[in-house]
Amino acid sequence: MTRSTRDARLAWLLMAPALALLVLVAAGPVAAAFRESLHASDLRMPWLGRPFVGGANYVAAAADERFRAALAHTVAFTAASVALELIFGLALALALHGLTRGRALARVVVLLPWALPTVVAALVWRFMFESPGGVVHALPGPDLDWLSHPLRAWVPIVLGDVWKTTPFVALLLLAGLQGIDPALYEAARLDGASAWRRLVHITLPLLRPALLVALVFRALDAFRVFDLVFVLTGGGPGTSTEVVSTYAFRTLMQDLRFGYGSALSVLIFAISFVVALVCVRALGSAAPDARQRSRRLRRVA
Amino acid sequence: MTASSRRTMVTIGLLALWAFPLYWMVVSSLSPESRLFDAPSLLPGAPVLDHYAALFRERRFWIPVRNSLIVAGATTALAIAVGTPCAYALARLRFAGRPWLMLAILGVSIFPQIAILSPLFLALRGAGLIDTYPGLVLPYVTFAMPLAIWLMTGFFRELPREIEDAARLDGAGPLRVAIEITVPLAAPAVATTAILTFLYAWNEFLFALSFTLGPDRQTVPVAIALFRGQYQVPWGEVLAAAVVASIPVTLVVLGFQRRIVSGLTSGAVKG
Repeated sequence: MTRSTRDARLAWLLMAPALALLVLVAAGPVAAAFRESLHASDLRMPWLGRPFVGGANYVAAAADERFRAALAHTVAFTAASVALELIFGLALALALHGLTRGRALARVVVLLPWALPTVVAALVWRFMFESPGGVVHALPGPDLDWLSHPLRAWVPIVLGDVWKTTPFVALLLLAGLQGIDPALYEAARLDGASAWRRLVHITLPLLRPALLVALVFRALDAFRVFDLVFVLTGGGPGTSTEVVSTYAFRTLMQDLRFGYGSALSVLIFAISFVVALVCVRALGSAAPDARQRSRRLRRVA
Repeated sequence: MTASSRRTMVTIGLLALWAFPLYWMVVSSLSPESRLFDAPSLLPGAPVLDHYAALFRERRFWIPVRNSLIVAGATTALAIAVGTPCAYALARLRFAGRPWLMLAILGVSIFPQIAILSPLFLALRGAGLIDTYPGLVLPYVTFAMPLAIWLMTGFFRELPREIEDAARLDGAGPLRVAIEITVPLAAPAVATTAILTFLYAWNEFLFALSFTLGPDRQTVPVAIALFRGQYQVPWGEVLAAAVVASIPVTLVVLGFQRRIVSGLTSGAVKG
């Protein structure tokens, strides 16, 4: 046996357990969800059987006002929280980068929210916004009811997400900042460029690849939001903070409408997949930049 | 004020803002129920351990803690055992279709978990694994796989090849080279992967919520999220439970902060 066929045989052998898991527990179920979505299946009414209904569940989803509203909520949530996370993430990264003392402490402060269970983050933010008596009511300004208001209930959700995931963005951007040659700033300073101009003309362009990576990861993740909404508002008041994941979960695990719920799941999967493809393309076009400019981010390509 | 001291102030302000919710969680969990909601005072009073006592005596919170430790521990061990050989093969052995395979494995990491909830539930129910530890460990290991493989493949690739090549020239087979030379060198990457996998399994909520039926097998996040008093949320106990849920995470962060940062950034940057 030649060395290369021996290598190949060993490779497949070593990969077999991992690939078996991925096929059986991840890829297989996606196919199964698709098959399930083509059937009318309601676990509350097992006597109806599981008749094949073709695309009927998808037609129903397209006409489902509640699903469309949940989709709109999810997109708006993703846009708002990711935008805030990039802004705060940049601020935190710049702050950490400039730190000369207390780096370890700062890193712990930043890492903790990221590492904690999302359920804990959701509960803490709910507690702070709880009426009456949550700590936000101690802030100056009008005393508002937060969690029972259809629009204001989004505030703790978005803030909770920003609090928990900005550290991730900040650490990514910090790695990017550390790859920028300090001589560039020296030169700009000698030329009399203000701090703002240095930020706009040096930092931001050189951080572009890191910003894009952070954007992609956060957007894909925010679109899947479940824990935070489920624990903070349960989708309420009414359905005003319902997102696609909580709606699909409710349809599946509480209403036990497995056929329709599977159709919703497949749609969520398809949307994430398309968004991911678009993002990967965007990253691909940004990558050559990265290779030339930033040593640390070279691996993006 | 000079520019640099202004900058320090902003930095401290930002960090304080980030630390506040956790501070508030800990302080409130140590306050008597009567004080939780009247005129919040930012400074702690004398700490009261009532909520913690109630948590473990009346709520039997050690059960979800035990469940979470078992599930997260088993997930971590299995993810390393299954992921390491796969990463080694992807990094070091030549075979057809390798780049495509890498892409496919990464593709799994963008799967929304909700997308496979229904078939996984039906499959686990069919296999009698609902409300069991393996019923959680199996999906957890699978979803931890992409990051584990990605991190370790990247690390294996960065190891100098010369040592391995020399050993192979001396007649050692590829498996022996892997076990005796490469894997011991990879200990830091294995540690990073183990930490991130443990955190993922400790924190996971959707599968744990869907695949457990009652308190006997519920993990910590599920137990806390489903805490309900008869008429209102028992906030004191909820916050005490949140603090307990945060303790292992905090220990991990304190012990391995550098490793987490490097794993996080390389996992994402390479991804």
